[in-house]
Amino acid sequence: MMPLGATSIINLLNYKIVLKVVSSADEAVHDIQDGMTLMLGGFGLCGLPEKCIAALVKKGVKNLTCISNNAGVDDFGIGLMLKQRQVKKMISSYVGENAEFERQLLSGELEVELIPQGTLATRCMAAGYGMPAIFTPAGIGTEVAVGKEIRNFNGKDYLMEMAFEADFAIVKAWKGDTMGNLVYRSTARNFNPVMAMAGKVTIAEVEELVEAGEIDPDHVHTPGIYVHMIFKGDNYEKRIEQRTVRKKDNA
Amino acid sequence: MLDKEGIAKRIAKEIKDGYYVNLGIGIPTLVANYIPKGMDVVLQSENGLLGIGPFPFEGEEDPDSINAGKQTITILPGSAIFDSAMSFGMIRAKKVNLTILGAMEVSENGDIASWKIPGKMVKGMGGAMDLVASAENIIVAMQHVNKAGESKLLPKCSLPLTGVNCVKKIVTELAVMEVLPEGGFKLLERAPGVNVEEIKTATAGKLIVEGEIPEMVI
Repeated sequence: MMPLGATSIINLLNYKIVLKVVSSADEAVHDIQDGMTLMLGGFGLCGLPEKCIAALVKKGVKNLTCISNNAGVDDFGIGLMLKQRQVKKMISSYVGENAEFERQLLSGELEVELIPQGTLATRCMAAGYGMPAIFTPAGIGTEVAVGKEIRNFNGKDYLMEMAFEADFAIVKAWKGDTMGNLVYRSTARNFNPVMAMAGKVTIAEVEELVEAGEIDPDHVHTPGIYVHMIFKGDNYEKRIEQRTVRKKDNA
Repeated sequence: MLDKEGIAKRIAKEIKDGYYVNLGIGIPTLVANYIPKGMDVVLQSENGLLGIGPFPFEGEEDPDSINAGKQTITILPGSAIFDSAMSFGMIRAKKVNLTILGAMEVSENGDIASWKIPGKMVKGMGGAMDLVASAENIIVAMQHVNKAGESKLLPKCSLPLTGVNCVKKIVTELAVMEVLPEGGFKLLERAPGVNVEEIKTATAGKLIVEGEIPEMVI
């Protein structure tokens, strides 16, 4: 298969038939426009699509709604986009390792919707499975339930939560092939597989890009059908948020 | 009276061989250090791991391997890694046997408030709402009173709730209590050197004391 650049793509619908491999993060994020809703994989700073985030910062696209479990730290992850005031709204389960985030939130510049982590993951999953909504007990009896439909199944109340709709999902995998099949590594998997399934258009950045056939089909975590663009990122920083270690003598 | 390590040690006694356990951030994390040797216990991390190991040796940190507190960890032999949706799937489906988490307040009917203080920067609920809504066996590890000296065991929570009718047991620096299905904190054990009167004074909710209350064995 011959790589085709995203720059040749006019209509988002065309992503359904284009080939996968693009040359850079800049090319991958080319069609992301002001006001779009993005999903960004990662948990804390682990498994973050750091190359695409850098490209989005460079591109300067604004008024974004970002669905991501966390909001990065001041100088890494989504924090970099916050600093440039590119984010209008964050949809997350846990935020605030980030002074600039707090400042924008308290000043009303940034809108934040906090939702339970399992609900966040499962609303992504629902989108990827083509289901409009899910029922979860998380948030019953709390402010999360306000204004939402509640259904009782077998004597227990459940909240109806809608599948997410995202223009682009941006994920980070360890390895990918030219068909867009993805393999994640360790807990850097986290939200990436469910977000990869959930985007109208999905961009995957990988540490290793191999030819189709080099990944054992039994080992594929995300089938390439969900992935519209893939590129190899270089020199991953992979910043550690909480470095916790033990000394060898304590072993 | 117990210190944080003491609370963790006492809670570790609730863990049974073969359990899958989810430990929250704070005192619950310390419980991992006191799981009896020889017991097969698998720790779940809600970002997507069964089989949390100890912190890595200096220089061996793997940025791809972290726990739900975003700390670098090791991954034990026999572990399984999965995505965050499956992680909460196994929590919702009650496959995780025991959930231990911290709280700001617990009410006598088992409601828990642990994520939000009005007027303060709210960081979010993370996975706590999912855990308390589904887990059948929830133990809260917390201090009996807050920094202002006010009881955290109340007739009704004053802070925004994380979940309702869910807490089964509470371990504090003073006592072990069970939340009764009909309501009320049933006193099960006293911390070493603590008497029933002290526990009563520190408990604003309904405390049920029946017969002689034994001192904890840690």
